[in-house]
Amino acid sequence: MLKLSKYVLYDIVRSKVILAYTAFLFLVSFSLFNMEENSSKAILSLLNIILIVVPLISMIFTTIHYYNSYEFIELMLSQPMSRRKILLSEYAGVGLSLLSSFLIGVGVPVLFFSPDSIGFSLLFTGCSLTLVFTSLAFLTSVMARDKARGIGFALLLWFYFALIYDGLILLILFNFSDYPLEKITLVLSALNPIDLGRISIMLKMDVSALMGYTGALYKDFFGSGAGTLFTAGIMLLWIVIPLWLALRVFKRKDL
Amino acid sequence: MIRIEHINKKFKKLTALKDITAQFEKGQVISLIGPNGSGKTTLIKAILGMVKADSGQIFFSDELINGDPSYRSQIGYMPQIGRYPDNMKVGQLFRMLRNIRNVTADNLDKELINKFGLKEIFEKPMRTLSGGTRQKVSAALAFLFDPDVLILDEPTAGLDPLSSEILKEKILKEKNKNKLILITSHILSDLDELTTHIMYLQEGSMEFFKAIEQLREETGELKLGKAIARIMKGEKFNSAWIDRMFEIKNEKRIY
Repeated sequence: MLKLSKYVLYDIVRSKVILAYTAFLFLVSFSLFNMEENSSKAILSLLNIILIVVPLISMIFTTIHYYNSYEFIELMLSQPMSRRKILLSEYAGVGLSLLSSFLIGVGVPVLFFSPDSIGFSLLFTGCSLTLVFTSLAFLTSVMARDKARGIGFALLLWFYFALIYDGLILLILFNFSDYPLEKITLVLSALNPIDLGRISIMLKMDVSALMGYTGALYKDFFGSGAGTLFTAGIMLLWIVIPLWLALRVFKRKDL
Repeated sequence: MIRIEHINKKFKKLTALKDITAQFEKGQVISLIGPNGSGKTTLIKAILGMVKADSGQIFFSDELINGDPSYRSQIGYMPQIGRYPDNMKVGQLFRMLRNIRNVTADNLDKELINKFGLKEIFEKPMRTLSGGTRQKVSAALAFLFDPDVLILDEPTAGLDPLSSEILKEKILKEKNKNKLILITSHILSDLDELTTHIMYLQEGSMEFFKAIEQLREETGELKLGKAIARIMKGEKFNSAWIDRMFEIKNEKRIY
């Protein structure tokens, strides 16, 4: 499997998209830290950018990579290689390259300017989101046969998680504001990895003081060790379940 | 060597394979012929495990093909349209497959690489190659690991007459080494000297599977093309296809 991943990685590095992504992340984080006097303010701005950009790039890049390496996958299938191994090495190759891009582009500036618990949880969130959306993109591209549909589907999912979901939550909170919704919103946040990442970082910051009673409840939960474990566990589920589904579909697929 | 039992395959509404049962042994050269879309490639892909049959079983050396990919180490496959990773160089492709199959340099059959002069283009990326050169690469790859079974999907399509002759000689040589060779082709004159058995497919079902001597006896024709044409005329087969067969033969005479 490692052998295969090596070739996948080699192919990705040659395409130069990943280098541009790294440079973009690095420039954004570096300039944000330089512009803001207060490093926690910079982290907040950086968080907002990461929550939008990382899922989007992870999904689009993975989808395009999958369709571009269709030939490679076909070639491997005629060799003594199991489908599971082929897909997992593709995943490892794409995931690793996106992760290292993120760790260089955002990790280095964060370690330099704000090496505290908030900085680390930002890095953790970014890394998890990268892997989560790589998994999701693998699932959608394995299911859709042609590239246009695959990318469309990926974009739709991103749109849903990044924008529509928040709107839906607001709608629910607004309509049922007479009821105690704290526990439910906790569950609802777990259903969207982007929200989960956002909340888990926001509550580590001072801004959570502005969020009233709900914020206090959240801070109580997410601030504790159990909360951290909860976040990590849910993120892991978000990585593993779509990947597992993708494997299932891929194993039965005609190529 | 390969036993196929009651294979059925449908692509949505289209029936690609209809209850096909056959047995292929070592030392045979089997020609799969039939009009476009008659299921030849689907049958080959089913043997390779790239297409999953709806029902029926395929045995390779008396072992059921069922997920375990190790049997493919004994198969050399030359696809109809060889598609390879764009950024990969020709030499790298050969090295990668050797790496994946874990074969030492002494056990490689480099005859075709030498005869096609592929060494000179080892540094060229795959995307710059012409269709014919790609075919040469595919052919060289199929024979590289000296496999017991060779599956060649339209091997001479797109090759110039000289290369086509080199390839035919190589196939003949392998035939004499008591290997099982499966070929699909529309150029019946190419198959004439090679083949020992003919399998004729039409709209997914097997019309006949006969030894060439038997076919010659039944029809009284020595040339394969004429023998097939006679059978098809007698049984009122698709006459458009027969016309096309002869067209190709006439074109061949220009050389």
